Amino acid sequence: MFAQEENYQLKLPGTNHSLDMVFIKGGVFTMGSPSHEKGHQQDESPQKVIEVESFWMASTELTWNLYQHFIDRDIDNINLEKKDEELMSLDIDAISGATTPYVDMSFGMGTEDFPAIGMTQKAAVQFTKWLSAMTGNFYRLPTEAEWEYACRAGTQTAYSHGDSPLDLDQYAWFKDNSQGKYQKVGQLKPNSWGLYDMHGNVAEWTLDQYEPGVYKKLNRIRWNRPSKTYPKSVRGGSWMDDGIHLRAAARMGSNPEWKKRDPQLPKSEWWHTDAPFVGFRIIKPHKTPKKKQQEIFWTTK
Amino acid sequence: MKNLKQTNRRNFIKKTTLATTGIISTTLPVRSFANVLDNKKLKLALVGCGGRGSGAVVNALSADDQVELVSMADVFQDKLDSSLKAITDHFDGRKKIKVKEKNKFIGFNSYKKAIDEADVVILTTPPGFRPYHFEYAIKQNKHVFMEKPLATDPVGIRKVLDMAKIAKEKKLSVVVGLQRHYEKKYTTLHNMITQGNIGKITSGQVYWNDGGVWVNQRQVGQSELEYQMRNWYYFNWICGDHILEQHIHNIDVANWFIGSYPKSAQGMGGRQTRTGKEYGEIFDHHYVEFNYNSGAVISSQCRHQKGCDSRIDEVFQGTKGSVELGKGVITDLRGKELYRYPSVLGQEANPYQVEHDEFFKSIRSNDIISDAENGAKSTLSAIMGRMATYSGKTVTWDEVLNSDHQIMPESVDWDTTPPSLPDENGFYSIPKPGVTKFST
Repeated sequence: MFAQEENYQLKLPGTNHSLDMVFIKGGVFTMGSPSHEKGHQQDESPQKVIEVESFWMASTELTWNLYQHFIDRDIDNINLEKKDEELMSLDIDAISGATTPYVDMSFGMGTEDFPAIGMTQKAAVQFTKWLSAMTGNFYRLPTEAEWEYACRAGTQTAYSHGDSPLDLDQYAWFKDNSQGKYQKVGQLKPNSWGLYDMHGNVAEWTLDQYEPGVYKKLNRIRWNRPSKTYPKSVRGGSWMDDGIHLRAAARMGSNPEWKKRDPQLPKSEWWHTDAPFVGFRIIKPHKTPKKKQQEIFWTTK
Repeated sequence: MKNLKQTNRRNFIKKTTLATTGIISTTLPVRSFANVLDNKKLKLALVGCGGRGSGAVVNALSADDQVELVSMADVFQDKLDSSLKAITDHFDGRKKIKVKEKNKFIGFNSYKKAIDEADVVILTTPPGFRPYHFEYAIKQNKHVFMEKPLATDPVGIRKVLDMAKIAKEKKLSVVVGLQRHYEKKYTTLHNMITQGNIGKITSGQVYWNDGGVWVNQRQVGQSELEYQMRNWYYFNWICGDHILEQHIHNIDVANWFIGSYPKSAQGMGGRQTRTGKEYGEIFDHHYVEFNYNSGAVISSQCRHQKGCDSRIDEVFQGTKGSVELGKGVITDLRGKELYRYPSVLGQEANPYQVEHDEFFKSIRSNDIISDAENGAKSTLSAIMGRMATYSGKTVTWDEVLNSDHQIMPESVDWDTTPPSLPDENGFYSIPKPGVTKFST
């Protein structure tokens, strides 16, 4: 199935939930934005030509429907169909699980088909590891480069549909049309590669450390592997943002304020009490990395 | 008693005249003078070194520059050590955290020694111990921040109520961690509802429904008492069940918005999905009707069951409209939105910090805060709800207030036998509606 470079449906074993995985053919693109783009920020330059390898990306942001099973860990013990020999030894019991939050992390905005929010990057990464163990296939978060490549879908404009923010409400939930909350995933128009809500709804975690000047070094590195917890890179903007922050090149870094109202100390490793705008989507690289490499993608600072 | 310099006394008189009209400063008890020195270093003790206690220390040290953590107490050495490390790590050199070895106290009675060292104390052990710790702190003339709930049984509540009165007389500030009282959305809406924006409240629904909290498994070599202390959430003498430990927040909001305490409660509850021995003796769901003198009825539900809808909220209907606290919205009788609190998710002030800002401001200005009585009565409301769901009978406020029901031992040490013990298979006796008696 995976050799065929076609879209497929990921089924979460033991549930009725599935995710449409869209094949994204690898290629070369220009990352970042030119200084004349409206809303351009310093951290989006210099623009760099980057090569990205093929992968599958979930057509939608991850919903509470799936994420809740990772919090509850209620389907861990069903019989798993292991497909990838590299993963045969992945022990699901050894994968740490998110703690149950002390508050309703959906903040009353809804859970059925709504994007999961407020998880730390560590939690999002652990979810991909857990999902890998559950399905026998390797999943991870996208790098910033992969994310932007998929978001642009071959375009060089501010948004994948063009430069005009006027059309944005056909494609994205943002401050002007979100009515103060996130919306169900996949309701608006997708980009030309079939990916929904890349702009807006919830901002999405990537694997990278957020470093404003990192594009200067981008020839040498395609993944700015984190060496510390903060800041990590989040892309796409959210339902709370002005349209300009939803641009394909726009970047944001996480910070400790996202746990401001966590009353416990140490603060939770799993939840951001004050980031109701951050979620994620998963990818599966076309070429499954070796076991050792996989662990690197699943290790967080 | 601290010495007072003449200049400070003048300063005190000036400040209190500004802060509290109608009180002639010279008639105040002498002791209160000790608390108003503007720049006086305030010594802080932490009793109960869990995650919340450590977080509260950070809030306290962030509220006022002249606060110094001087002593800590816990039953467990590892808890104290990890707490001190977390506090030190949090400030990362921005504040000097230095607690002398001799001021680290371990054991069930360690709280006394830690409290003795301080001016201000944070009481954040599991709630069963709170009445005894509060009593000692007030007797030793300390200002107190304490977490909810304030007891697990009526005997404990009466102790807290007695001490609340004495704290007031002694001009000691007491803040209780029912932090919705320090959250702008709640105080704003409370003001509006008090002014009659939805008329008179006739009914309401309050919720704490979610997937539950942590559990700590029994370890080899642990005594029964140590196991229960480390897995305290599931044992009533220490925790009081989740209707008390968490849902108190929402029940308290009902009391606050209605402006009185329930006169009776009846309800149902049980334990359907969280049935393992590691979950001790508490229910996984309660549903209670609280009846108020005005005729208002509040439906209260709390559930710790995974895979179900989550909701933590308070909603009230009045004669002219209704209010939803979670959304911060007031609507009229036709459902038309009249007001929406202008909150920006993720950007509100942190109520856990605000409660400490207010606490230390009150100590500095001698304009004391007295949260203990309400904290005790809201705790008692939740206990009344628990007694109703356990027994399946209607329980009245007067019954529960005057009850001799006591599940928390007067004093605990390592030789104490816990009030609930497991059977030969490790399971605990679960309350049975219709069979379990609520002794009055």
